[in-house]
Amino acid sequence: MLEFTQQIVNGLSLGAIYALIALGYTMVYGIIKLINFAHGDIMMVGAFVGYFSLTLLGTNIMVAMVTAMIACAVLGVIIEKVAYRPLRNSTRIAALITAIGVSLFLEYITIFLLGPSQKVFPESAFPIKAYDLAGLSVLNKDIFVVVSAVVLMLILQYIIKWTKTGKAMRAVSLDQEAAVLMGISVDKTISITFAIGSALAAAAGVMYGVYYSTVNPLMGIIPGLKAFVAAVLGGIGIIPGAMVGGFLMGLLETMVSGYGSSLYRDAVAFGVLILILLIKPTGLFGKDTGEKV
Amino acid sequence: MAGFGVEEKMSIIEINSLDKSFGGLSAVLNVNFFLEQNELVGLIGPNGAGKTTVFNLITGVYKPDQGSIIFNGQNITGMAPHAICARGIARTFQNIRLFNDLSVLDNVKIAAHKNVPYNFFSAIFRTPGFFKGEEIIEKEAMKYLEIFKLDDKKDELAKNMPYGEQRRLEIARAMATKPTMLILDEPAAGMNPQETNELMNLIAQIRREFKLSILLIEHDMSLVMGVCERIYVLDYGQIIAEGKPEDIRRNKRVVEAYLGEEGE
Amino acid sequence: MQILKNKFIRFCADVLILAALFTLVQYFITTGLLNQYYQINLASMCINIILSVSLSLINGFTGQLSLGHAGFMAVGAYASVILTQMLGQPFIAGIFAACLAAGVCGFIIGVPTLRLKGDYLAIATLAFGEIIRVTLQNIDYVNGPAGVLGITKLTTWPWLFAAAVITTLVVVNLINSSYGRAIISVREDEVASELMGINTTKYKVIAFVIGAMFAGLAGAMYAHFFYIIKPETFNFLKSFDILVMVVLGGLGSTSGAIIAAIFITALTAALQSFPAIRMILYALILIIVMIYRPQGLMGNKELSRQTFGRIWSGRKNEHNRN
Repeated sequence: MLEFTQQIVNGLSLGAIYALIALGYTMVYGIIKLINFAHGDIMMVGAFVGYFSLTLLGTNIMVAMVTAMIACAVLGVIIEKVAYRPLRNSTRIAALITAIGVSLFLEYITIFLLGPSQKVFPESAFPIKAYDLAGLSVLNKDIFVVVSAVVLMLILQYIIKWTKTGKAMRAVSLDQEAAVLMGISVDKTISITFAIGSALAAAAGVMYGVYYSTVNPLMGIIPGLKAFVAAVLGGIGIIPGAMVGGFLMGLLETMVSGYGSSLYRDAVAFGVLILILLIKPTGLFGKDTGEKV
Repeated sequence: MAGFGVEEKMSIIEINSLDKSFGGLSAVLNVNFFLEQNELVGLIGPNGAGKTTVFNLITGVYKPDQGSIIFNGQNITGMAPHAICARGIARTFQNIRLFNDLSVLDNVKIAAHKNVPYNFFSAIFRTPGFFKGEEIIEKEAMKYLEIFKLDDKKDELAKNMPYGEQRRLEIARAMATKPTMLILDEPAAGMNPQETNELMNLIAQIRREFKLSILLIEHDMSLVMGVCERIYVLDYGQIIAEGKPEDIRRNKRVVEAYLGEEGE
Repeated sequence: MQILKNKFIRFCADVLILAALFTLVQYFITTGLLNQYYQINLASMCINIILSVSLSLINGFTGQLSLGHAGFMAVGAYASVILTQMLGQPFIAGIFAACLAAGVCGFIIGVPTLRLKGDYLAIATLAFGEIIRVTLQNIDYVNGPAGVLGITKLTTWPWLFAAAVITTLVVVNLINSSYGRAIISVREDEVASELMGINTTKYKVIAFVIGAMFAGLAGAMYAHFFYIIKPETFNFLKSFDILVMVVLGGLGSTSGAIIAAIFITALTAALQSFPAIRMILYALILIIVMIYRPQGLMGNKELSRQTFGRIWSGRKNEHNRN
């Protein structure tokens, strides 16, 4: 039982990271129906910004995280403006291919500039401490990851539920044309969505760096895919779904690594994806809508 | 609700207590009706009355919650659309659904595919049977294009045709599946009076020539009253009246249902 | 009868052109004019043509967005290697096993997933492709993540040429038949197609299985040319690669798929020594093409005799005017 609880503790921080990335996927999908394959790579860029902020500027971890979030918010807005906006009225597949292009671009420009090798996150930025909680070993990095993720999610909930921007985002995702008629600037709203989603991914990137203590240019691919699975699991386009999906994915993965074979860890993510797609493609929180003829 | 003295005639389709609801909202409720062989029947009703839903239920796009559809003595309830088409029901769409990026001829040829005269392997190995079969398909398709006066446009892309011709092509395409019953969803929508008139003559012609039974949704009242032999009126998913055009015109409930809805 | 006769003449012309192309390359290889480097790229080119033409049947003509093509290639590669290396069977048996195994996988995966639409289908196929890869990583019989090394080189130019030509021929013949029109109608409007009597599920599965079989063929060719296969080679990035060829060439254009496969292979070869720059360039081409020509190089048009005829007569007219 204790071991099981320990696994849950371990799974929570991984789940928090997945949830943060999944939020960006789901927000972007909700508003422009695009699977933003570059989202995992934005997380990677965030991790690197965090890394340089810690090593070159010598900031503390909180400042590094905020710097990464700001940088990636800008990056997200630029990507949307340059690559996705011209394609808003073209086919889904064209947009999807562009997203793949952006993803490859981010990965290989990073390799080109910084080299393909991985970099070690400075340990001094976050000295690891272990606490003993009723027999459970809890690391301070776990607490850091979970607490900051939850705080960010609360802020996001506040923005979406209570601010004008959030209302505009919900309106645009429901009906773009009607939103325009109500005087909402669709372009601006989409930009803000990308900014917020990318900032969350950047935060996740820094957390990932703290958690696994290394960063590398291709680090975004696998967590990106898993976060995407999390978003689909919760119901893509649905924000609470992404949070729940993220935590579920994290827990599931630690359980499989803990009790089964870690080699099958990745297969489990995709198995879950297929099961959910075959049983309820709209996800745990989604509603089914039929096609109109 | 069925009229008296019709039972001795053979009906081509019988629809019994059909129900369909979407998310708890009844779209079609206890609908009963029938068509006799070679009959032209109109289905009218205000917007949102459930007419197209009835069409979608008959052609298998939606599965009914309850009730049965008997076509030519066979229960087709809940069958896949292609299986229903194979049994002889073809339709057109309210919002034209052609194969836009394909030529007019290919649109019709696709509908002829269900009777394809050669097998898969002849196609891949290009046996003589394939070339002969393609000739047959082409001739067949051209026959329908000629009837609908589209033969000189056979190589144009469907999406580049004017609206009225797209509507005609949809009927030609439906005919190429060799149906015994044709279901037309607002075939004259968006046409001018002259085009409408021509279309109605065409419909009358194919009905005679191919011994078709036709079920028709149309908003143009004068048109429905003019061509249909019998009319069903649908309102809030239920049939509120049935009869000859002149009876329908005088029916109080029908007039009420339409009041404020349309000027006719 | 006249039509048949014309068709026969054109058929003979095609055979002659292909035979000439084959002999020419074979001549270059035997005389050593085509060195090892060019031969490797020639092989990649043929394999990529098989992959992109077979995926274009699924993505371009049937309109079903599949992101798992590399998975079928992996199945084919491993199936053929098991037969030739572990069971000591001839190459042709390996090839048949590759097509069969990939086709069966295509069927097993296609039946449940092909009822999904658009993005959902794309990610389901991506997931299946990855599951195939992870499964291979966990099979000790084929050395898990390390893969199989030292595969006998059996893939020669005649095999490559035949495989590419057969793939193209089957896809083109299929597409230009009533069955092909049925397949294309699914892409155009699935609901209308179904209502015109086309069993859309059946045709989607047929296209998917045929596409998978040829991906398997490509896998067999790959395995017996490059000496080594490992699961990582066939990850989803490989599927993206194939998808990119199809989309760059133009969805619904076989000739486009072939041209794009040749172009991408050549680009990869030219920038081999600068892998990062190659990928950056590749990414930029993708983005720029999608923004300025989202329908791809050829759109849904084909390069055909008529096209050449038009260019030819156009030139002549220009000459006459001058």
